[in-house]
Amino acid sequence: MTAIGAIALNAFRESLRDKILYNLLLFAGLLIGLSVLLADLSITEHHKIIADMGLAAINLTGAIIAIFVGISLVNKEIERKTVYTIVSRPISRSFFILGKYAGLALTLLVNIAIMFGVFLVTLGLYHVPIGLSLFQAIHLIFVELLVMTAIAIFFSTFSSTTLSAILSLGLYIIGHLTADLKNLAEKSESGVTSWIMSALYYLFPNLEALNIKGQAAVGIPVDFGYLLLATLYGMLYAAVLIAGACLVFQRRDF
Amino acid sequence: MEDILIENLSKSYSSGWPGRPPFVALDGLSLTVERGESFGFLGPNGAGKTTTLKILMGLVQATSGKAMVLGKPAGDVESRRRIGFLPESPYFYDYLTAEEFLEFYGQLAGLQRANIASRVTALLDLVSLGEARSRQLRRFSKGMLQRIGLAQALIHEPELIILDEPMTGLDPVGRKQVRDLILNLRDQGKTVFFSTHILPDVEMICDRIGIVMRGRLVASGRVEDLLRQGDTKSVEIVCQGIQGIEDLNATENAVIRTCATRILQQGRQCLIVLPNSDLVDSMVGEIRRRGGRLLSVTPHKVSLEDLFLESSLPNSLDVREEALRGKSH
Repeated sequence: MTAIGAIALNAFRESLRDKILYNLLLFAGLLIGLSVLLADLSITEHHKIIADMGLAAINLTGAIIAIFVGISLVNKEIERKTVYTIVSRPISRSFFILGKYAGLALTLLVNIAIMFGVFLVTLGLYHVPIGLSLFQAIHLIFVELLVMTAIAIFFSTFSSTTLSAILSLGLYIIGHLTADLKNLAEKSESGVTSWIMSALYYLFPNLEALNIKGQAAVGIPVDFGYLLLATLYGMLYAAVLIAGACLVFQRRDF
Repeated sequence: MEDILIENLSKSYSSGWPGRPPFVALDGLSLTVERGESFGFLGPNGAGKTTTLKILMGLVQATSGKAMVLGKPAGDVESRRRIGFLPESPYFYDYLTAEEFLEFYGQLAGLQRANIASRVTALLDLVSLGEARSRQLRRFSKGMLQRIGLAQALIHEPELIILDEPMTGLDPVGRKQVRDLILNLRDQGKTVFFSTHILPDVEMICDRIGIVMRGRLVASGRVEDLLRQGDTKSVEIVCQGIQGIEDLNATENAVIRTCATRILQQGRQCLIVLPNSDLVDSMVGEIRRRGGRLLSVTPHKVSLEDLFLESSLPNSLDVREEALRGKSH
């Protein structure tokens, strides 16, 4: 466990000393600022636009960090050979993956907390009501980012940086369109197509289940049962992917 | 007792294309490294040195054969507690300071927090980086990086140290520092197994060497024993007082023409190169008979470089293996 903690803290320290993250935080700040500008330009629903765009900005920035930092976490170590000195230590290779995952999760947590803090200040300045729904939305955004981080790390254990980025981004997009897959499965007259679409629906991550930004922006919270179920779904999906990543990493040659 | 035992080790990498033969990195390599010795693993680029070291460290799985390290199969997690490893031209976490870097590796090695601080200070002093302890590695020179790399390999006081090209890219001062470190480790009774291209250093610090070519061990043994096998490579004789010696068509130069491989005349002095020491007596006799004066006779022994180059000849593999069978232990 000490080794996982050491690797996690090192990954966190790397992200802190990496200026890209500061740029992304600036980008999130600009997006939140833009939401205020758009709200000023619109005639009605000022509060909804600010809240909706603010949450979307946090989600997008977080997803960029999760995917692009996630895929480079393992690949960069292999390309630069730093992984040689880590996996030649008296630790299981799985510890390396778990440590890297925990480090990026910590980085995302800190980033989300900072962005959410800025977001809440913005809402306060514009007298937008701050309700439970916003906290629920940010919680599920974090769960979604944990899933995306697991996806990025999983792909990076066996494919190149570019391919990992394409696959992760692809899954991110598909993950938000899984409802369409279900619709296709239900409406298709061909049994094979219906079966394939259903299989894909269950195989791909259902990221829309973790997206409650729309109703959070208008102040409607979800019930805790749903929140718990969605959280468990996300954590389980991430756990399966991380287990897969550990399995692949355990067997690969360097 | 051997710390490293390799028997008939092979490793092939798939070409990635069906029908295309795999790339053979190791082809039945066998060698042993005894406890407490300093073993130099030599070979040209692509000979299989790094692959061997990676298999020993569990970074790569062998296709077939046996590799044991400290009595356990190579790659055994627990035995890695007793091994220190420095990969070739490593990149380290350059955002860390030297101190943070060693602390990190101390934690990975499972050292107690209280012990890590004292080990870090001792190691930074050992590799002469005490003053740079708070400097980020991105501001380190190549020599400093190599030394901090060595320090991370030693943080947990391993019994066996495996180094991949530890002297590559270093200036003479850096090379001397690394050389002294290896000698120091050997003096402490540690086993050091390292690959290198820097031959003069090998002669100075190795108890034994092994030369690997195209994935096979072509020579192994004590440096002096291996060099003795080749005996004298050539003999240089310098004399004076013999004119016209370079004219090999002249009848009076018949003996010289038969014996010498090279003749160089500069003014009154003449340099004659003989292929071996057996011809020295007859050449000296000839010089005296012609009224010349002998100035010097210098035998040239086979150097490690000669041995290395000779071993790299395509047809030398089987001949040398045959000759050395039974001599390497």
